[in-house]
Amino acid sequence: MGIELKMPALSPTMERGTLARWLKQEGDRIEPGDIIAEIETDKATMEFEAIDEGVLEKIVVPAGTEDVAVGAVIALIAGEGEAAAAPAPAIAATSAPEPVRAAAPTPAPARPAQAAAAAPAAADPAIPAGTALVSTTVREALRDAMAEEMRRDPRVFVMGEEVAEYQGAYKVTQGLLAEFGPKRVIDTPITEYGFAGIGTGAAMGGLRPIVEFMTFNFAMQAIDHIINSAAKTNYMSGGQMRCPVVFRGPNGAASRVAAQHSQNFAPWYANVPGLIVIAPYDAADAKGLLKAAIRCEDPVVFLENELVYGRSFDVPQVEDYVLPIGKARIVREGRDVTIVSYSIGVGLALEAAGMLAGEGIDAEVIDLRTLRPLDKQAVLTSLAKTNRLVIAEEGWPTCSIAAEIMALCMEEGFDHLDAPVLRVCNEDVPLPYAANLEKLALIDADRIAAAVRKVCYR
Amino acid sequence: MAKKPAKPSSPASPPVSVAEDADFILHSLQERFAANRRYPASEAEMLEFYRQMLLIRRFEEKAGQLYGLGLIGGFCHLYIGQEAVAIGLQSALDPEKDSVITGYRDHGHMLAYGIDPKVIMAELTGRAAGISKGKGGSMHMFSTAHKFYGGHGIVGAQVALGGGLALAHKYNEDGGICLAYFGDGAANQGQVYETFNMAALWQLPIVFVVEDNQYAMGTATRRSSAETRFYRRGTAFRIPGMEVNGMDVLEVRAAAEVAFAHVRAGKGPVLMECNTYRYRGHSMSDPAKYRTREEVQEQRELHDPIEGLKKVLLAAGKSEEDLKAIDKAVRAEVAAAADFAESAPEPDPSELYTDVLVGSY
Repeated sequence: MGIELKMPALSPTMERGTLARWLKQEGDRIEPGDIIAEIETDKATMEFEAIDEGVLEKIVVPAGTEDVAVGAVIALIAGEGEAAAAPAPAIAATSAPEPVRAAAPTPAPARPAQAAAAAPAAADPAIPAGTALVSTTVREALRDAMAEEMRRDPRVFVMGEEVAEYQGAYKVTQGLLAEFGPKRVIDTPITEYGFAGIGTGAAMGGLRPIVEFMTFNFAMQAIDHIINSAAKTNYMSGGQMRCPVVFRGPNGAASRVAAQHSQNFAPWYANVPGLIVIAPYDAADAKGLLKAAIRCEDPVVFLENELVYGRSFDVPQVEDYVLPIGKARIVREGRDVTIVSYSIGVGLALEAAGMLAGEGIDAEVIDLRTLRPLDKQAVLTSLAKTNRLVIAEEGWPTCSIAAEIMALCMEEGFDHLDAPVLRVCNEDVPLPYAANLEKLALIDADRIAAAVRKVCYR
Repeated sequence: MAKKPAKPSSPASPPVSVAEDADFILHSLQERFAANRRYPASEAEMLEFYRQMLLIRRFEEKAGQLYGLGLIGGFCHLYIGQEAVAIGLQSALDPEKDSVITGYRDHGHMLAYGIDPKVIMAELTGRAAGISKGKGGSMHMFSTAHKFYGGHGIVGAQVALGGGLALAHKYNEDGGICLAYFGDGAANQGQVYETFNMAALWQLPIVFVVEDNQYAMGTATRRSSAETRFYRRGTAFRIPGMEVNGMDVLEVRAAAEVAFAHVRAGKGPVLMECNTYRYRGHSMSDPAKYRTREEVQEQRELHDPIEGLKKVLLAAGKSEEDLKAIDKAVRAEVAAAADFAESAPEPDPSELYTDVLVGSY
């Protein structure tokens, strides 16, 4: 019996990858544990290990093939006693080198982010007209921001788990070690409380640390330094002692990693005076705001999102792309209703706006971008225009950013309201593992659209 | 950055004994220190140590009084009894280069730097002229001009922060070292050991000082710590330890010379345990039910650091009058600080909103 070897998934979010190279050739004997190939994604490179024994009968997907779908047959192993050269009728159709794509399942569904392209996004005032735009992933944009700031200021360095030799657990720091060396790209032990304290102390001592948390779930071990040591120092010292540190890393729900690895901490940090809290959505904002965060004299919590790392957006090709902290952005102009969101929720809000456009509802979408200090004026101005508002937040509803926006509308925008403000948040439960339950717990465009129809009395 | 001796590569390799491990220097500093525990201070140095310790003592006594009068609020942790530690160590620092960080029992460390007692006392009374504009209070005082980085209220946090200051010294190659103080109570915090690990791994220029005053609040060290000889606690991280009599300023200074030379030479951190005793309660609201009056009395009579140095000075030919004159001057300085702190105005209400952020957004 021939054994089909299939393209493995390296992570729960991986859909496609590159077959970098084969370490075994057709006709080679394979023992369990042998490394037979190297698989690459934009995040990581992994060795593909055999679990069966036999002879590598046929390489279906040649080395160097990109965009191989997870689950596609990449090779065949002939079991014990089978002739390596024996025909394998069951897979005859895929045995030719060419139809690799044909063997792959249908392409993965379009990423929700791409819905943004259809919407008439408002230009960021910071971009001069005629600037060239370069399609960049959020992951690359973040790396570029750090690299540019490290070139500009020798005090800037990055520390965290796996940031150097591993090239970043999510490949965000890829290439930094090679350019800046181990003095400025520091691998730490797995010791969040300790290295957050060391990073904070280094900032007090005059450096500009970027402290990467592998995810913000682990930063709970370190939250004392973020809040008690970093956020309060300037005030407690009567303005004498600065703490220009950036704490960054992925935040919010990833995919199928369950409750302890899936939480949006934005409201926690946004609660604390003395901190700047930034949560960008697209690549341009990720780059421009991370550069601003690194230059900022105040401590910054910079919340990224793992599911967005791989999405591509246009980034203006300008010499020094720095965006203002504390300014929201209208990402889609509209007349009828305002949808306020941030981080991954912006993509869903744009998707919902696209659906609603077909129903004759013209939604304006605001990306808060900075959560503390909050750009209240941007929200109130939009509310004054549309008179209806929905907040979409990938996070729990209780004491959320959504709750804060609702309070703002009540306190300062009441006269402009034609309908109650509604929020669309995750279900108020720890995030479950099962695929169906996880889907039920997280916000989506349908739920945002439903809330919008409600405030529009449609 | 790491510079570590090789570890047996396979689990099957026989363990390396301490005697065979040439790099294992855990005991060498203690041996060097034990060979000569007495710093050969000049008379002028001894007089200055005496004056500084007296200043801390009188300042803290006055702070206790003002607390009793309701002029100082919140928590107030006095340093009485522990004066020799801050003076012995900080007198050996290079004020141009080195940094200091400590916990909330911080008045003594600031006075040891020569920071004006007026602005410290005014901070305790919550006045605009206080060193933190009255916004920090007793536990949160800083002087970046003196490279004194606080003054931290969370037990043990200053150890990791001190690791960061040491990282900055190394990164900037400025030749400075960090002196990070913490108590026997903080010595049981996990982040202390996280910091030990990284400090040793990265050979950071830092001296960790455990001020073992025998009680973590009201819990005696033997009731809270499986290993009460704190200088041994760096062993697992290959950090050399030193055990020092923290009631003798000349001994503390001698230990500082050995430890600082080691760290300045780029050989990584040192863990120093200074055994000392706090005469007063943990804070002003301490019921003092966990130890006997006799125990405190014995420490005062037999081990007091100021009385100890006084004996040395008298033996060296100074007169009672000379020393009394110092005390008189110190009392006057403290009285002036207290008057200033009582009469200085409170912060302007507008200060409520300043210094939250540095930038405007």
